[in-house]
Amino acid sequence: MRRFSWFNATSLTLGFAFLYLPMVILIIYSFNESKLVTVWGGFSTKWYGELLGNEAFLDAAWVTIQVAVVSSTIATALGTMAAYVLVRAGRFAGRTLFSGMIYAPLVMPEVITGLSLLLLFIGIGLDRGILTIILAHTTFSMCFVSVVVSSRLVSFDRSLEEAALDLGCSPFSAFRLVTLPIIAPAVISGWLLAFTLSLDDLVIASFTAGPSATTLPIKIFSAVRLGVSPEINALSTLMIAVVTVGVISASLISKRQLMRQQADEREAERA
Amino acid sequence: MRHFALIIVPYAWLVALFLVPFLIVLKISLSDPALAIPPYTPTLDLAAGWAGMREFFADLDMENFTFLTTDDLYWKAYLSSLQIALISTLLTLAIGYPIAYAMARAPDHWRPTLLMLVILPFWTSFLIRVYSWMGILLTEGYLNQLLLGMGVISEPLTILNTNTAVYIGIVYTYLPFMILPIYSALERMDDSLLEAAEDLGCSRLTAFWLVTIPLSKNGIIAGCFLVFIPALGEFVIPSLLGGSDTLMIGKILWEEFFNNRDWPVASAVAVVLLLILIIPIVLFQRNEQKQREIDG
Repeated sequence: MRRFSWFNATSLTLGFAFLYLPMVILIIYSFNESKLVTVWGGFSTKWYGELLGNEAFLDAAWVTIQVAVVSSTIATALGTMAAYVLVRAGRFAGRTLFSGMIYAPLVMPEVITGLSLLLLFIGIGLDRGILTIILAHTTFSMCFVSVVVSSRLVSFDRSLEEAALDLGCSPFSAFRLVTLPIIAPAVISGWLLAFTLSLDDLVIASFTAGPSATTLPIKIFSAVRLGVSPEINALSTLMIAVVTVGVISASLISKRQLMRQQADEREAERA
Repeated sequence: MRHFALIIVPYAWLVALFLVPFLIVLKISLSDPALAIPPYTPTLDLAAGWAGMREFFADLDMENFTFLTTDDLYWKAYLSSLQIALISTLLTLAIGYPIAYAMARAPDHWRPTLLMLVILPFWTSFLIRVYSWMGILLTEGYLNQLLLGMGVISEPLTILNTNTAVYIGIVYTYLPFMILPIYSALERMDDSLLEAAEDLGCSRLTAFWLVTIPLSKNGIIAGCFLVFIPALGEFVIPSLLGGSDTLMIGKILWEEFFNNRDWPVASAVAVVLLLILIIPIVLFQRNEQKQREIDG
């Protein structure tokens, strides 16, 4: 017996209005004709046109995408390995340090992570550019991937792996044929999380980027510091659109997979 | 050790890119600033061997930390960061709890959608979400236009570039972190407990206070730490929404490093911030541990 009262309905309405109104306003005003951002001057898509002609933004977007794809891919590989080690390897020398190093970056303030990596790169004489941003992003996002993947590994039936080993699989092929397909959804969501974290990061990228490579958040931040601009509104709208489409389609795909899996299980029970 | 190869790769990566950089920060926080490249002294000269090592360690001191305690700016910044993070955590709780509660009461078929609506902003760029408030809170912004139009105020309010704007920014961006753990605690709650309390003569409000709140305690604690910990070191929100008098330690560290180029003081600021953060982080972990034990 759950009662859904007027109070509940009001708090949901106000809560979601609070979460979504600022973004809705931003999207509406990205179609504003006027250069004055707070005065409505009629509908226009001209800021999108200007955005597409802005080389600096396009370059930064390209750098950001490269960094995000490469760093999230390496981070997924490293994070999955780390998760497997934490859940399966039992005790080994330095385990406490290892799990500490996995969890610490999750709560470390970004300014400290950025500062420490910058000092390292300067110390070893590595020129700051796209490579240093990739290294930095891989490091913090592998920890997020490993948390996501290990939560799936913990809940998974180990006897399946052991059965594969008993039936003559090598440990590697047991991993590839049994473990990986089962943890695949977690690995994919780990990759998506790493990808988004990388796309989104301003602070760590600002410390580790050099003059040769600027990411989109750095560009947006320096533009926004000077005030609200219609071009940034248009850019934000595009980014919100991409994320919304991505998240909704990902959740539809995973829902369909879940339904198929349940259908398979029912089929198996009947057989 | 059949896992050796598997262990060594992520291990080595984290040592090289997490532990070593952190030790470097610790070391530079004990150094003195210098007009050189790199701008601090001493630098470790491995060629000088053992004597060089000894001299290196002899030159390290706590001077930067003493400096942090003598200069008003720093301890005021730490205190004001703590205050801002604390107040905004409580505000987020006050706003987030009714939302999580309503989500847990909503009909079953609504819940996946509601959950997605809470998670969606988390995937949207943090920077853009903070930025979206700038247009609203400006002196000639949408909020003032609305309030002036409705005749609620006669003079536009100054909100942008004040601490109020920082509170709004933190509550807005971290709200999902508060809602999700509270929702998951409330969702698991057994409703018959509430019925039992009411059958035994509790009013609905007393039943809520005596049953619902204690049962969602772990969710509340987790949510509060998930907001408080990142809010304490926040940089983007105070620098976009805050004013020049908004003191937050993340912003001070950034300015010390990029504007003043004082690496040793920036490093000392970072070390002290971490020391402050250790307490909430340990408490948070303990709470999570307890939750796992309850879940069995």
